[in-house]
Amino acid sequence: MKDAPGTRDYDWWLLAILAAICAVGVIEIYSATHGSSLAGMHMKQIRWLVIGFALMFALSRLDYHLILDQAPILYLIGIVALIAVLAMGHSRFGAKRWIPFLGEFFQVSELVKLIIIIVVARFFAEVSSDELSLQDLIKAGFLVGLPLVLILKQPDLGTALVLLPMLVVGAFLAGLQWQHAAIISLVGILAVGSIFYPPVSRHILKPYQRERVTSFMHPEEDAKGSGYQVLQSKIAVGSGGFWGKGFGNGSQNQLGYIPVRYSDFIMSAWAEEQGFKGVLLALGLYMALLLRLVQNAQRAKDRAGMFLVMGVAAALGFHVLVNVAMVIGAMPVTGIPLPLMSYGGSATLFVFLAIGLVMNVRLRRFVN
Amino acid sequence: MGYSFHNDNRLPQGRLAMASYVIVGMIGVLLLGFWKLQIIDAEKYASMAERNRVRSIPVIAPRGRMLDRDGRVLVDNRPSFSVLLLRDDPALVEKNLPAIADGLNLAVEDLRDDLSTTRNLPKFQPIIIKPEASDADIAFIESHRSDIPILEMISISRRRYLPNGFMAHASGYVGEVSEQQIESSNGRFRPGDFAGKTGLEKQYNDLLMGTDGMRRVIVNSVGKEVGRLSTQEAIPGKQIQLTIDYDLQQVAEQSLGTRPGAVVALDPRSGEVLAMVSRPTPDPNDFSVRVSNEIWKRLNDDPLHPMLNRAIQAQLAPGSVFKIITATAMLEDKVPPESYTAFCPGYATFYGRQFKCWVYGKSSHGVVNFRKAILDSCDVFFYNVGMKLGIDRLAYYATKMGIGHKTGIDLPSEEPGLMPSEEWVERVFHRKWYPGETISVSTGQGAVTTTPLQLARTIGGIAMGGIFKQPHLLKDAQNVSEERFNISEPTVEKITDAMYGVVNDGGTGASLKLAGVELSGKSGTAQVIGYSTRDRLGKQKKFEDNAWFVGYAPRRNPEIVVAVLVQESGQHGGTASGPVVRDIIKAYYDKKNKNNGQTTVEYQRFNFGNGTNPAQAALAVKDAELAAPAKLDAPQLNSAAAAAAIIPAPPQKALQ
Repeated sequence: MKDAPGTRDYDWWLLAILAAICAVGVIEIYSATHGSSLAGMHMKQIRWLVIGFALMFALSRLDYHLILDQAPILYLIGIVALIAVLAMGHSRFGAKRWIPFLGEFFQVSELVKLIIIIVVARFFAEVSSDELSLQDLIKAGFLVGLPLVLILKQPDLGTALVLLPMLVVGAFLAGLQWQHAAIISLVGILAVGSIFYPPVSRHILKPYQRERVTSFMHPEEDAKGSGYQVLQSKIAVGSGGFWGKGFGNGSQNQLGYIPVRYSDFIMSAWAEEQGFKGVLLALGLYMALLLRLVQNAQRAKDRAGMFLVMGVAAALGFHVLVNVAMVIGAMPVTGIPLPLMSYGGSATLFVFLAIGLVMNVRLRRFVN
Repeated sequence: MGYSFHNDNRLPQGRLAMASYVIVGMIGVLLLGFWKLQIIDAEKYASMAERNRVRSIPVIAPRGRMLDRDGRVLVDNRPSFSVLLLRDDPALVEKNLPAIADGLNLAVEDLRDDLSTTRNLPKFQPIIIKPEASDADIAFIESHRSDIPILEMISISRRRYLPNGFMAHASGYVGEVSEQQIESSNGRFRPGDFAGKTGLEKQYNDLLMGTDGMRRVIVNSVGKEVGRLSTQEAIPGKQIQLTIDYDLQQVAEQSLGTRPGAVVALDPRSGEVLAMVSRPTPDPNDFSVRVSNEIWKRLNDDPLHPMLNRAIQAQLAPGSVFKIITATAMLEDKVPPESYTAFCPGYATFYGRQFKCWVYGKSSHGVVNFRKAILDSCDVFFYNVGMKLGIDRLAYYATKMGIGHKTGIDLPSEEPGLMPSEEWVERVFHRKWYPGETISVSTGQGAVTTTPLQLARTIGGIAMGGIFKQPHLLKDAQNVSEERFNISEPTVEKITDAMYGVVNDGGTGASLKLAGVELSGKSGTAQVIGYSTRDRLGKQKKFEDNAWFVGYAPRRNPEIVVAVLVQESGQHGGTASGPVVRDIIKAYYDKKNKNNGQTTVEYQRFNFGNGTNPAQAALAVKDAELAAPAKLDAPQLNSAAAAAAIIPAPPQKALQ
């Protein structure tokens, strides 16, 4: 099939929102690092953004139907890569997540997230009935479950969890039946409950994970462990007040009290320096981004495109929810970055590639 | 591979719309979370952020110095660093404890002890784990700022006293405040603070201590100081000027030497204490950091009790010095009349018991009149006088002239001594007074006890004609009280004439004569135990006599009175203690004459064989001049300090 998308067919609003979020991120990365040994990090982030934009445009040129065609092979590549990273990957910070590529270390699981979006879209697009049968639901569960377990093995609970909303949103849009939804919810509640119930969690979670759960529930008991991180983050956010302390003036940020203030906790640094008004802007931008994605899904030419776009929306939405909730102490520390604001190569490239898929769908909405 | 999808464009618009609502709801919930933190709890978190970044480090106020009457520094400060442990984070403390102990040469157990004794204090208060940090300790802290961020240094000025326990009992010493002191101080004391424990350090602690300041600094997350917010300067303690004369103090210290005993020199006209020595003495410098258990144990186990300030705390029988009081009572009451004479065969017999005179077994005094009785210190004469006066008259006069109650000197823990009376035995022992007891008391034996300070004040006061000034050490003391007891002029004349004769007319102090100085006084040789007890136990050396001499000059209205006690010297008061009195009075006149452009006082040639070698004494004086620190511009106490320095009035209850 031929595609003939013109420049006017790109979603310029989406790109504008994207650029605004990236700008906020770069500003805060600069503010958080300019006075420290990490100075210059914002330039590295800009480099990732430029590469990201390029990859996004490149990916948008390739018809998504061709990509969906290759879903089984992509799935295979993803699983092999995950096994490879477990077997010979590079350990950093106590977890095997990285493989060296072009002089940088990449997190394989970021690529796998993208592949799972594609695989899930392909799977549900092929379900023709309006109602999702239990059989298909279980199939989809296994499809997502295998890479999820492999990522958990790294161990990387945060990234593994990101796969779940892709499955859940896909299933929901594919006509998930209410009784199935009820059963899944019940299982989910039991699973989450067992994590917070020490006699059970002792057998499931690793010690550092249990510690995070404990420190999430009782941050004051663990003054300098992960409870300390959450507490310092909350202090940063709260002390920002409505107006914020001003660019470069956040004491929690500048004096290093906020943990990884340029990455996972960048929202904390932003909230401290820009206050509630800054938070309104940032969360407003994310809301606009997500709603714009849904709008693109609504206007997709076919179900396959719709599932692709909503897979991306599910992944990004989940990132925003878990990361921001962590920053305000409403969820345990999981190590999930804030899309496009947190510093990081792999994560940034993932987001741009995902948006590339969305653009791809958008560009082809009038074709055929 | 072909295109394997249905061209299916039936989109679940309803469920997509629901996804939009979920997104809006999710962002809304997150915003509510921010609202709670940034709007509702903003103040709470702002103060927590402030506490994070601001660290308050105390700036210890240096204690005020002590100057002598001429402005020479007696007690000073020296700079020193202490190591602080910041305890905000127990986990960090626990983790670094072995490294800290290793780096600072401390025992881990000691550190744990420090931590456990302070565990009830607020966590943000650092504790001192090592006073007196060495250069190596400072280097250790500086080089481990980032990996051991819980150590901090603080500059503390430590007390510096003159060496060899110079004036140690008068100055006292400082020590870490006790837990009770902290509780009762209303927040004025913090753990690790130093406050006066004894002596002037304790008495004038409020003046000397000053107010600590606070340095507020910005620290980053690893505890490194990155900026300074404000410095509330410490207000140094007030300097106090003492009545002590460094020169006389020096002579007193050297002349008493290492013999256990005490010296008090007063100006009876004003009550100013010119010198005060007690032996043996601790070195107060040992206390200025943190006294080691070893030193503390040694001081407390010493049978000679070096911590005791004998000048105000030794309550001992005054011996024959007390005869001046008996004699004054006799002349004032005219019982017996002045013309009374006694015959002294070396002993006297009362109630069938024999009471010995001090010359017993060596010679006898023969017929003794009032003046000869004082010059030769005849016990028999005063036994008889005491019997005739009775204990109540004796106690009345003694009490009026300062015996048996505190002098009110501005030092803590002064002892009152004891003047026995009929009322006293009834109250304490529930029995009647035995008339025989009066015999002992009239010669300064038996139950009567005095401190060296009391004797100096009493004898000086009698020579002043009955004006007993409150002794004090603070130069600018306000409201110095005095007790007046009118002694008739003829009595004063006769008593002072007799005391002049003790030194200058062949009395028991004849060896002390100074040319051109009307040195007067009275010796005393007091038994530690009674003669009969000593006889029973056999003459063991450990029950040697206490030697007293109280001397003054000039004969009437003296400028200086010196009381000297040499404990268990086995020598007569005039022999053991007299030369100390003489040396100090000579030094007083030498200084006075020098200031007036006159020559030094000459020792009388014939007394060279006795007591301290005058050449040595002269040398001692010379040393004193050399050792005296250069005279500083002595800043006067400001008016606020002077106003605060009100000496409490002496207790009046003992007067009647």
